[in-house]
Amino acid sequence: MSDIPADLKYTKSHEWVRTLANGNVEVGITDHAQGALGDLVFVDVPEAGKSLKAGDSFAVVESVKAASDVYAPLAGAVVEGNPALGSQPELINSEPYGAGWIARMKPAVAPQGLLSAAEYQAHLDAEG
Amino acid sequence: MPFNPHTPKDVGDMLAAIGAKTIEELFDEIPKELRIESLAGIPDALNEMQTGKLMMARAAQDGMPLNFIGAGAYEHHIPSAVWAVTTRGEFYSAYTPYQAEASQGTLQLIYEYQTMISSLTGMEVSNASLYDGGSAVAEASLMSVRAHRKSKSQRILVPTTVHPHYRKVAVATASGQGVRFEEIACPKGYLSLADLKKYEGEDITAIVIQQPNFFGALEDVDAITDWAHANGALVIGSVNPTALSILKPPGEWGTKGADIACGDCQPLGVPLSSGGPYAGFLTTKMEFVRQMPGRIVGRTVDADGHQGFALTLQAREQHIRRGKATSNICTNQGLLVTAATIYLSLLGPEGLARVANESHRRANELVAALVRVKGVKLAFERPRFHEAVLQLDRPVAPVLAELARRGIVGGFDLSTDYPELGNALLVCATETRSSEDIEKYANALTETLKAAVRAA
Repeated sequence: MSDIPADLKYTKSHEWVRTLANGNVEVGITDHAQGALGDLVFVDVPEAGKSLKAGDSFAVVESVKAASDVYAPLAGAVVEGNPALGSQPELINSEPYGAGWIARMKPAVAPQGLLSAAEYQAHLDAEG
Repeated sequence: MPFNPHTPKDVGDMLAAIGAKTIEELFDEIPKELRIESLAGIPDALNEMQTGKLMMARAAQDGMPLNFIGAGAYEHHIPSAVWAVTTRGEFYSAYTPYQAEASQGTLQLIYEYQTMISSLTGMEVSNASLYDGGSAVAEASLMSVRAHRKSKSQRILVPTTVHPHYRKVAVATASGQGVRFEEIACPKGYLSLADLKKYEGEDITAIVIQQPNFFGALEDVDAITDWAHANGALVIGSVNPTALSILKPPGEWGTKGADIACGDCQPLGVPLSSGGPYAGFLTTKMEFVRQMPGRIVGRTVDADGHQGFALTLQAREQHIRRGKATSNICTNQGLLVTAATIYLSLLGPEGLARVANESHRRANELVAALVRVKGVKLAFERPRFHEAVLQLDRPVAPVLAELARRGIVGGFDLSTDYPELGNALLVCATETRSSEDIEKYANALTETLKAAVRAA
């Protein structure tokens, strides 16, 4: 059973979204996603200032067995990429919802179409 | 692994399984007008005997001329052992292996090659090779755009002292992806900092520097590298591997070193053979390794702790990243890389430096002999490696034709690629040219120029 915190929003492509106090959002990949990828060896973290549409690929996570794109859960601009991932990509494995965040974004519009924890759980169950 | 062609029975069985009567029926959805039965200018197939005769006749046309042409491909002595070993059955393939880890010998050879090329260039990491020096500049340019995340312009400065063919290949390969190459004219035969002044403060992704440059002259690589880094541009060095045994390697250019260094392996044991195949090399700093095209072999240990070799960093490549792969290079010039590795192993650092020093000495001897000929001047006063540009007092092409009649390949006529240089001729001498050869050229040139005056 993977960990799916109830206070976050999710996407079908296994990103999570946390709304911060200042209205910006923090984005990462879910516990399920990191478990499926295995040990991460490299994360291509986005540059601050990059403007994204929902669904744009904005980061690449590379593990010992695969490389995957990470998609923007919402439209907006990258405020900062997580600088710690440059030397410690394994933070995504150990703390996917904490120190392993990938980027902080300033949303262009209110996020829409995101899944609740229960909906994401149902999506995982359906994916098998 | 044996090669088993399909027998007529195999083909029949497969067609029966698919439910097609003939192979023709399989392809009948392709319209007639799109099918090419023969190619214009390409003759029908010849059998082995006919091909052999044709090739012998073509080879005889070349004769055994005395060669003073360089311009990117160089005649060096190749020890017999190089190709005797390279053509052994264990090595004799043009490809890097697909079942990679099953081919430990091939992987180790590539690993040794990468180590030698890294050591020659003073760079941290080398890939398993590219097609040639031109495609290496093209791939290095694309790589610089990926690696330089702060630069948005995709502008790459290329002085005209970079090989004209390399510049054409770079434009053909990379301009479709939005990379813009801006040429910097170099009327003095080298790139000066003054020529770069007007680009200061602009968003430049990278600059390409060739060392020694196409005219055989040495560029001021330290100053140009520092200028580029101070102005936020990456530095791509296109370098001659032989020369690197006696020149400062790109990894040590300026304060921070070049960011990418590339070139052609041809001088390392690969014969001229009418222009190819050759092999390209590409090296970089570790911080850019994930942007590097092509394959990389790494050394590791197996479950029992024994040394082994494996393809590494493959997540950049097309079989994993599909359309987002770093490049579409999968197989490469494995056989030429094998020859280069054996050549470097046989010569060692000292042997390669002797080749380079002797080539430099012979080129100076050649220039001294030729500028004594009436009607010949040195075009650029600049420290050189093993080539130089001469200025003739008349058009170059007829002079070269007359020299060819006398069994001498007199150099590369620059008038097509550099009309602004007038009657300019690029000449080269390597360790293979003796004092006698050089005297023969000087005498033939003297007579040719005299005769032409009489005829006129």
